[in-house]
Parts: sequence; C-alpha cells; structure tokens
Amino acid sequence: MARITVTVDGVAYQEEVEPRLLLVHLLRDRIGKTGTPIGCDTGNCGACTIMLDGRSAKSCSVLAVQADGAEVLTVEGLAGPDGWHPMQRAFHEEHALQCGYCTPGMIMAAIDLLKDDPDPSEDAVRAGLEGNLCRCTGYSNIVRAVRGGARAMRDAGAVGDR
Amino acid sequence: MIPPAFDYVRPSSLPEALAALAEAGEDAKVLCGGQSLLPLLRLRLAYPSVLVDVGRLPELHGVREEGGHVRIGAATTHDEVLRSPVVRAGCPLLPLATATVADPAVRHRGTLGGSLAHADPAGDLPAVAVALDMEFVVASAAGERAVPAGEFFVDYLETALRPAEILVAVRVPRLGDGWGFHYEKFHLTAQAWAVVGVAAAVRPGGAGGDRRVEEARVGLTNMGPTPVRAGGVERAVRGAPLPGAGAGGSPGGAGDGVRDAAALADEGTSPPGDLHATPEYRRHLARVLTRRALLAAAA
Repeated sequence: MARITVTVDGVAYQEEVEPRLLLVHLLRDRIGKTGTPIGCDTGNCGACTIMLDGRSAKSCSVLAVQADGAEVLTVEGLAGPDGWHPMQRAFHEEHALQCGYCTPGMIMAAIDLLKDDPDPSEDAVRAGLEGNLCRCTGYSNIVRAVRGGARAMRDAGAVGDR
Repeated sequence: MIPPAFDYVRPSSLPEALAALAEAGEDAKVLCGGQSLLPLLRLRLAYPSVLVDVGRLPELHGVREEGGHVRIGAATTHDEVLRSPVVRAGCPLLPLATATVADPAVRHRGTLGGSLAHADPAGDLPAVAVALDMEFVVASAAGERAVPAGEFFVDYLETALRPAEILVAVRVPRLGDGWGFHYEKFHLTAQAWAVVGVAAAVRPGGAGGDRRVEEARVGLTNMGPTPVRAGGVERAVRGAPLPGAGAGGSPGGAGDGVRDAAALADEGTSPPGDLHATPEYRRHLARVLTRRALLAAAA
C-alpha cells in the first residue's frame, strides 16, 4: 500500500492505495466523484477525462499513485456559486448530449482546448475533441456547444481560468 | 479493467532508479507517462512484478541544444515536444509526427522516451527516430552508452535496452539548412494508430523549373516488426526532378522520378496483416504515402 495526498475539486484527501488502483477508481469508489464515468477498457473513449494539474488527462490511464501531490479537477468541481460553468450551460442549451455518458469528458476536454485557443474554429474544436467519443449525437451539437461555451467564457473573462 | 497487482517505487534520482530496477530483476517495468503501459496492464497483457516510476526524475527532463544536435529528455511529454521552440527549430519532423499521436489528453501524459522504449511499430515516433538517425542515451549502474536508432529497435515491442537499463534521452542530429519535412499518416479514425505512416525529410536543390531532390531520409511506420528505414527510396530519389511551384505531381510531369523512387518503399519490408489492412494493401499504402510525403516535404 502507498499513502498519497491528492486534491480533488479543491478538497485535499489522504488515501492509502494499492499501487494498481487507477485514478478513476480513486475518484469514483473512494471519493465518491461518480460524475466521472468509465467508458471503455482501452483509453480511447475519453469519458473519464479530468484535469490533472491543469491539463486534460484520461483518469483510466493514470495510476492513483502517479497523481500523488497533484491537483485534480472533475466535472463536479466546475460549477461555482453562481451555478453551472458556462461550458456546462452551453451543453445544456445546445442539447449537446443524448445519453450523456460522454458529456463529463467532453466538457473537460473542451475547457482544456480553450486554454490554448479561446476562440476555436469548428475544425479546431473537432481536433481538440478527437480523444472523446460520442455514440449518440453525431457531434454537431457538441461542436456548437463548445463554440458557444467559449463565447460565454470570453464574455465573462473566464477563459484560461481553470 | 483492474490491472494485476504489482509493487511500485518512485525513486527521486536516476542512480536510485537504476538501483531499484537492478534489484527488482527482469520482471520489473519502467513507468513514465503510462499511456502505453497502463492500457496493457488494464487488459492484463503485462504482469510486471514492480513498476519503477521515472516520470519525475530530473535527469530525464529538459530539452537543450548540444553541439550539432538537440538533446530531448526521455520524460519529455508529447505536449512539451509540440511546444518546444528548440525542438521546432532543430528537428521539425518530430513535432509534425508527434501532433498525430493519439489525442490531446494522451499527449499531456505520454512521453517521447516512453513511446520509443515501448517500440510499437505502429507508433509514429520510431519511424522518425530511424529517419533522423537519433541516438539513444541509455543509463545503467555501469554508466551511460549510446545506441544508434538503427540498432535500438530489435523486434516487435523489443529494444536493445537491457533489463537494468533506462532510456535517459535521445540526441537528434540537426540536419542543417534547406531541408523540408513531412509526416504522412493513414489511419481510419482521428486518434487511431497508423495503418501505415511515412516520415520524410527532403533537401531540394535547383530552382524554378529545375528543382531536384538532393538528399532524402525516409522512415516507415507499421511496415514490419520494427520501424523501417527506406534506404532504397533514399538512394533512388537522389536527383529526381521536383514539380515547380504549384505544378503538383501530375502524371507525365516532374515528380515522376519521385513516384518511381517511392515505388521501392515496400522493398524488403514485412508488413503485418490485421483487420485494418492486408500486407499487400500496406505495401500499396507505403508506395503511395511515400510519394506524397516526399513531395510534401520538398514543397
């Protein structure tokens, strides 16, 4: 067993973990952050995307021990005192989901993309989300939502802010 | 989904890591970003006794110019490669290929050294390593040795690394002025592995209607158990006329010499057959993609 310290959505946790424990299992089974789903066995689908020290990562492809000392942000940590994060609101408004399983990962990947490109073109959105699979929507509404969310974040001066 | 049990150590210096690896024996594995190893563990295709995490070792980080080459620490992430002005200026072919590796989240964690040491012939970076004659800096308790790219890749997922050795860095020779670069990748979906890929560096000469290939380097992805250096193409393409500006590689025009040379791309290869492509289709792709890569690199 290994003792790790990890900050998740602003709260510090100390955990005794088996080295083989995946970060996504730490988040879901230990800390209760079930907003981050597990979608595949291969690292392809991106449903479990979170921010690890400020950049997107697939939490099924990181060991919990590798995240020792790190800061994790999940979809559950996005909303602020004024309600949903602008990207969450944009996904709602544009109906950018059907079953919703891929949505947490899509939102995290979208916010990560905006850190480098606050006003992404449609092509840039599609390239930025290449690691996130949606099997329902055909992506059009997702792309619209990301661009809408980006606009809202620029208007709010929130681009680049976590 | 749940990996087999293993022990885990995270040494704080390279000598400690080498000692841990030597003590752990040959069933130990080196862990860096984990973007190749963790999927293998989850699918239980690997059963290491110990993982030695080298991801935070200061000796494996950093990019710098060193004489005639660029030295890139093995733990440099793909994302850092893409952002490094030193890499972009000194070996532009590497970021061109790196930009096609997996997806942004994987590129944040995955490392150059990890990809090379994993030695998947379907990975994009081994072909770049052989095309550019990268040198692999390998450390063990006995000291450092340098392994040329041509000797590093031994077989499918197998390298010249010995059990108690760690890849510390690669040295990428600078090619000098006048070279152009391209990585041509054929894959079925955005983040998928290359069915076939071609890494090309071309130094054109002449001007206007008399542009020719002076020199070229070609590395092939997924055309055998190891990355392939297409030496036959490199020799045949010397002196081949290039299309003038805007002329394209139209049949019967300049560019035919490039096409003839590219037709040798699959010589001496042993491409795999799988559900994406037969060996014969991969041979066809190698010829077509090599022509495209050469012309794009020369443009």
